[in-house]
Amino acid sequence: MIWFITKRIAYAMLILLGVSFITYLLLYLIPADPARQIAGRSATAEVVANIRHQLGLDLPFYQQYLRYLGNLLQGDLGRSYVQRSEVAALIGSRLGATLQLMAAGIACELVIGIALGMLAALKRDSAIDRLLMAFSFIGVSSPHFIAAMLLLYVFAVKLAWFPMGGYGGVSHLLLPAITLGLLGSGWYSRMVRSSMIEVLHQDFIRTARAKGLTRARVILRHVLPNAITPVIPMIGIDIGIFMGGLVVVESVFGWPGIGQLAWQAIQQVDIPVIVGVTTVSAVAIIVGNLLADLIIPFIDPRIDIRKS
Amino acid sequence: MSVQTEQEAARSLLSVERLAIEFGHGARRRRVVDELSFTLQSGRTLCIAGESGSGKSLSALAIMGLLPRAAATPSGAILFKDQELLSLPERHMQRLRGREIAMIFQEPMTSLNPMMSIGQQLEETARRHRIAAGSGAHQRAREMLEAVRVPHVERRLKQYPHELSGGMRQRVMIAMAMLTNPKVLIADEPTTALDVTIQAQILELMRDLQREFNTAMLLITHDMGVVAEMADEVVVMNQGVVEEQAPLRQLFTHPKASYTQKLLAAVPRLGTAGPLASKTERPVVLEVDDLKVRFPLRRERLFTTPKEVRAVEGVSFRLHQGETLGIVGESGCGKSTTGKALMNMLAFEGSARLNGQELNGLKGEALKAVRRDIQMIFQDPFAALNPRKSILELVGEPLLIHHRLALHEREERVAALLEQVGLPGDTMRRYPHQFSGGQRQRICIARALALKPKVIIADEPVSALDVSVQAQVLELLETLQRQYDLSYLFISHDMAVVERLCHRVAVMYSGQIVEIGSRDQVLHDPQHAYTRRLLAAVPVPEMDSRRDFKALLEAFESPNPIKPHDYIAPAQCYIEPNAGHFVAV
Repeated sequence: MIWFITKRIAYAMLILLGVSFITYLLLYLIPADPARQIAGRSATAEVVANIRHQLGLDLPFYQQYLRYLGNLLQGDLGRSYVQRSEVAALIGSRLGATLQLMAAGIACELVIGIALGMLAALKRDSAIDRLLMAFSFIGVSSPHFIAAMLLLYVFAVKLAWFPMGGYGGVSHLLLPAITLGLLGSGWYSRMVRSSMIEVLHQDFIRTARAKGLTRARVILRHVLPNAITPVIPMIGIDIGIFMGGLVVVESVFGWPGIGQLAWQAIQQVDIPVIVGVTTVSAVAIIVGNLLADLIIPFIDPRIDIRKS
Repeated sequence: MSVQTEQEAARSLLSVERLAIEFGHGARRRRVVDELSFTLQSGRTLCIAGESGSGKSLSALAIMGLLPRAAATPSGAILFKDQELLSLPERHMQRLRGREIAMIFQEPMTSLNPMMSIGQQLEETARRHRIAAGSGAHQRAREMLEAVRVPHVERRLKQYPHELSGGMRQRVMIAMAMLTNPKVLIADEPTTALDVTIQAQILELMRDLQREFNTAMLLITHDMGVVAEMADEVVVMNQGVVEEQAPLRQLFTHPKASYTQKLLAAVPRLGTAGPLASKTERPVVLEVDDLKVRFPLRRERLFTTPKEVRAVEGVSFRLHQGETLGIVGESGCGKSTTGKALMNMLAFEGSARLNGQELNGLKGEALKAVRRDIQMIFQDPFAALNPRKSILELVGEPLLIHHRLALHEREERVAALLEQVGLPGDTMRRYPHQFSGGQRQRICIARALALKPKVIIADEPVSALDVSVQAQVLELLETLQRQYDLSYLFISHDMAVVERLCHRVAVMYSGQIVEIGSRDQVLHDPQHAYTRRLLAAVPVPEMDSRRDFKALLEAFESPNPIKPHDYIAPAQCYIEPNAGHFVAV
């Protein structure tokens, strides 16, 4: 167990190194110039060069990157070009809000996805099944930006069931979480549907029915646990896609989280913040996957970490 | 007469009357069971015997009310204690299922929920039918597992299905079915997936429990040996129709229906095979010396000695030209691994020489050249043919790879090959799904013959086939052997099939040959304890041949094949009681 976790953390470090390198490289290659952004339109070439030198942007790429890595090892994510404060502090102050929305959003995804998937599998090949699968397809393929605006307009502006956005209690949390849930649930409902149809044909389901169990018990006790096992590793993988949606949804709903921070940073070419947020997202994905791998053995007795 | 029928009716517990089962709707409707009638009495066993597609399993599911959604029962009735089951609402049926009528299935490996412990699954049944609650349910589960003689009960209750062997799982299934002390037990091919000694244990257990609880048993099987062991009364089904219904004795001594006669004639019977000429004077084609196959395991911890599975340990034999050497043994004994190693599909230690050429370590072109002379036929003809390729492509592929024959030449050869295995040459344009299991196995044989090999390794080539088809394929193999002077290495678990086909027999047990000799020496005068045990477990499709399997009930612990990397096994020693007959000591 300890050996397994140690190994996984070592892999995680390598992945993080790769992620930071790629992000850094991409930002180095884009034509936007942060020094010019900071200096403003009327600055002279001299001022811009000065700023560039101060930020170390005139150094060759590998030196910039190594300097960043060296600071990172000391827990220093750098300073924001625009807001002039520590990136770590910026992210830290917004982490709580994002985690809140993430937890609520993933919970919505799972509840909606599993419920619809189960319903579709049980009513397989009926009109309900086709309707649900069409719905999941729309959810998966609709652009987050438009869908989030639409939901905000219908439920907050027109119906006034929810506040117009911003940070606050459960009522503020609910609409962005449901938006994320609706948009992301398609993957889960399709997966639960197919895995449940497969499990329904298994011999042990016939055994359970032959035992005289009620239909509800067969489905909840025998079908469901077997059908949702493949969904758990999926949650780990999905966090990456989820983060993408988070950036958009947080911006639309004015949720003061990391996504919003990333949105602003991208607009202002605030490289340290972008790299910092990317690194934090990568950590979230890695932790999510690790958690999924650690949880599965408790649910599926056939999987033994010691042997994998 | 009328008095007798009345008495019979009074005693009959379950009766099926003119039952019909159909699939599909409208014009595409297919009747798969028609006019099925029988009655079941307490303490008696009725066997439904038939080959695949006879509708026997569907009939059992109909009694349980578990027919698939696509199936319907347009006519007939199933009466259980004055209740008509076909029209009983689902909620009432649920209370009956598992309580009054219980069922066990063919596949013990997949019939238990992998996510629930054995204890949870047993207790669930007890709670559902209010047999016991709370710690009483646990107690009941314990008692039942003890009744089916599962060793280390307390530990088993906490284990999950994947930690148990097939035989143990089937015992758990029986315990689960018998937990509520049902009036009727339906067993659908309960031993088909199991080894013969395990089969004997399960059959003995079922007989035991039936005596104790006076259960009525409906046993569905394709194996006439099992029928002879278990049945009081037999229904023979074919293509959904009852061919014959008779008490056991009458069925075996005076079968009336021609189908029953044909079926009984096709069943291979141990001890009835005709004499076979010895081939040991012929030149040796395959020499195997001290063959070992080991699979290394991952280290459990850093700094422990690595372990390995010793699948095959020091196997040596000679195969002569035109000879069939049978390798028999139960699952996990290493017989298939031996076959794969000889095909060079697995790395092995030791030496195997084909016509004097060493096979060990062959690679690339040399290996390809050798494969012209040694070919293989596999167990499952449904999985052994690529469904996306036509028969011409499948059978012609070896010719393309090895001889680069042009298309028209290949077509000619493939047509000739198909005719040799009893299929018309023009079937080569078709695809595998258009053929039955027996025909597919013929296609596999044609493919193996394409390169005119000297040796064919046949790994359970008839195990997946019905008996009547099995007999035809065996005959084909014999004819081809005579025609081309082929040598077969015939891997099988079925002693009767081996007896019919093989000149010599080797018995494998936990990776080693424990006994080898001519067929008559090994099968009719077995010397090793394991060979005797194996032969004692084979059910014989004859009247008055019921065996007492009690002696087999005690678990026979096979040695653990997982050994540390540096473990040195004690050397094997053989004695030779008769010339050419070697027995391990």
